[in-house]
Amino acid sequence: MSKGQKLLNWIDDRFPLSSMLKEHVTEYYAPKNFNFWYFFGSLAMLVLVIQIVTGIFLTMNYKPDGNLNAAGIPVAFASVEYIMRDVAGGWIIRYMHSTGASMFFVVVYLHMFRGLIYGSYKQPRELVWVFGCLIFLCLMAEAFMGYLLPWGQMSFWGAQVIVNLFGSIPVIGPDLSVWIRGDFVVSDATLNRFFALHVIAVPLVLLALVVAHLIALHEVGSNNPDGVEIKKLKDEKGIPLDGIPFHPYYTVKDIFGVAVFLIVFSIIVFFLPEMGGYFLEHPNFDQADPLKTPPHIAPVWYFTPFYAILRAIPSFLGTQVWGVIGMGAAVVVIAFLPWLDRSPIKSIRYRGPKFKFMLVLFIIAFIGLGILGAMPPTAGRTLISQILSFVYFAFFLGMPFYTKNDVGTVPVPTRVTDTNGKRQLQFLVLVAVTVIAAYLFATNV
Amino acid sequence: MSEQQVDTGRRRFLTVATSAVGGVAVAGVATPFLMSFFPSERAKAAGAPVEVDISKLEPGQKINVEWRGKPVWLLSRTKQQIADLPKNDPKLVDPKSEVEQQPKYCQNEGRSIKPELLVAVGICTHLGCSPTFRPDLAPADLGPEWLGGFYCPCHGSKFDLAARVFKGVPAPKNLEIPPHKYLSDTRLLIGDDK
Repeated sequence: MSKGQKLLNWIDDRFPLSSMLKEHVTEYYAPKNFNFWYFFGSLAMLVLVIQIVTGIFLTMNYKPDGNLNAAGIPVAFASVEYIMRDVAGGWIIRYMHSTGASMFFVVVYLHMFRGLIYGSYKQPRELVWVFGCLIFLCLMAEAFMGYLLPWGQMSFWGAQVIVNLFGSIPVIGPDLSVWIRGDFVVSDATLNRFFALHVIAVPLVLLALVVAHLIALHEVGSNNPDGVEIKKLKDEKGIPLDGIPFHPYYTVKDIFGVAVFLIVFSIIVFFLPEMGGYFLEHPNFDQADPLKTPPHIAPVWYFTPFYAILRAIPSFLGTQVWGVIGMGAAVVVIAFLPWLDRSPIKSIRYRGPKFKFMLVLFIIAFIGLGILGAMPPTAGRTLISQILSFVYFAFFLGMPFYTKNDVGTVPVPTRVTDTNGKRQLQFLVLVAVTVIAAYLFATNV
Repeated sequence: MSEQQVDTGRRRFLTVATSAVGGVAVAGVATPFLMSFFPSERAKAAGAPVEVDISKLEPGQKINVEWRGKPVWLLSRTKQQIADLPKNDPKLVDPKSEVEQQPKYCQNEGRSIKPELLVAVGICTHLGCSPTFRPDLAPADLGPEWLGGFYCPCHGSKFDLAARVFKGVPAPKNLEIPPHKYLSDTRLLIGDDK
């Protein structure tokens, strides 16, 4: 027996190292027909690591202090400028962190969309989906609280607007928003608690949820583009006929995805860190001024679909809590997908025409709301936002009706089929055309 | 030992009782942590009243004062602007200021102690942006019937020169009038009226 094997045995007698590796990596059997869409889970893990590592190094020079320094600049704002200008390598660490925030949402939105088109939320994967939705919620909290830290104009007024959302809740609202801020306005107290939550509390919850997400996934096994349960057909050794071990097959596939992703990531970090004001908004390069609101307040791009829903719902009965409820419901309703969808067919490949039609409407609504939420409101845009908000909710709440008895022309196969790249290309063209058309349309309304 | 019967009723009682006592303890321990989220004594003290000299305020002019970290507007309205206020009444959500957004002594047409001086918290009742002062008559973006007022850039809420909200905008209520009192003809105290 080699020394290495002896050491491994010594560890295995005390800690289940080999059996854990087998269960989750070398003998975790995943369907063999994973396609392009299956890159985004591992990429989300990569971005999480990037955010944690860059975040740790940023805290070494960042100061969560909203008070003015001798030069009349808030200490927090000045410390970010210090990181950008004076700390060796500081600018690249910060741009990696700010780009990472946006890329996190790119990757997670694509990851969620994958689940949507292949029915990965359906029985027996309901809890995988619910844990995922909680992770999404944590990410939104992380992004929102992290955005306050640079203490620029957008940080300040964005936080002011979002915290005031809670103030619109009847009876307890005003006290609740004071409780969240720790002051009567967004102030140093708010900055400090957001910092604590951003760097300690939410990341801990996030990590725990990621572990739960993976354990639940590995318990039930991965879904695939055909929506076929590979565990139903096994060989004499009990290995799924359509399964291949995660390592080395998917570790190698994921490494390829990581390489492509890092090329894109580096291009953004080095050449487009502000992304034309969408990743880092221009007013945030001015220090926070509690007495002056910037002429146009828009959240960062990943919140704009939900922000558009908030603005689309008018105030009535003397309160504007309805918009807040609408925005909250738009996020929460996603978690209920497993119970809203009544169709036994998982994958879009074998679904009926009604679901496909509603899905196309949903894509248009989500992208359209995202574009409108980034623009200043006009009467025409508000009307379109209202129509698209209706479509957004109709997709989810109409599901119990339109997914019933909605069967496609091709029956669900018993074994997985080959992946067809043409369909993914068609989809990307559809999205690109929608984005460009919606943008051109919205700018002219 | 083995002959003894397990008293499941007693076990259940003990489980429930332990859980209940533990729950009370958790709630008790959570209290200081939740309390710590409220404004500290220092933050509350920063809400102290502010004294302002208004002797140099010309008619039509507006100044900003910081009170509790919020912008407070002091607007000296011209005779014309005071006369125009009732013209907006049909277009307002709450022209008579019936919602408690002002001290009792400011529940009047101009929402002020003296008609010529408006004192208002410059924070939109929608989501807390600070509206911009738009005294210009009938500008292109606000329509031909605009008699001067405040416009919120964030979500398009409109207010008249008595800080009363127009119908059909996101803001549900008139702007807040802070408690204030005149110490003399030229000195104003914001934040206290006693």
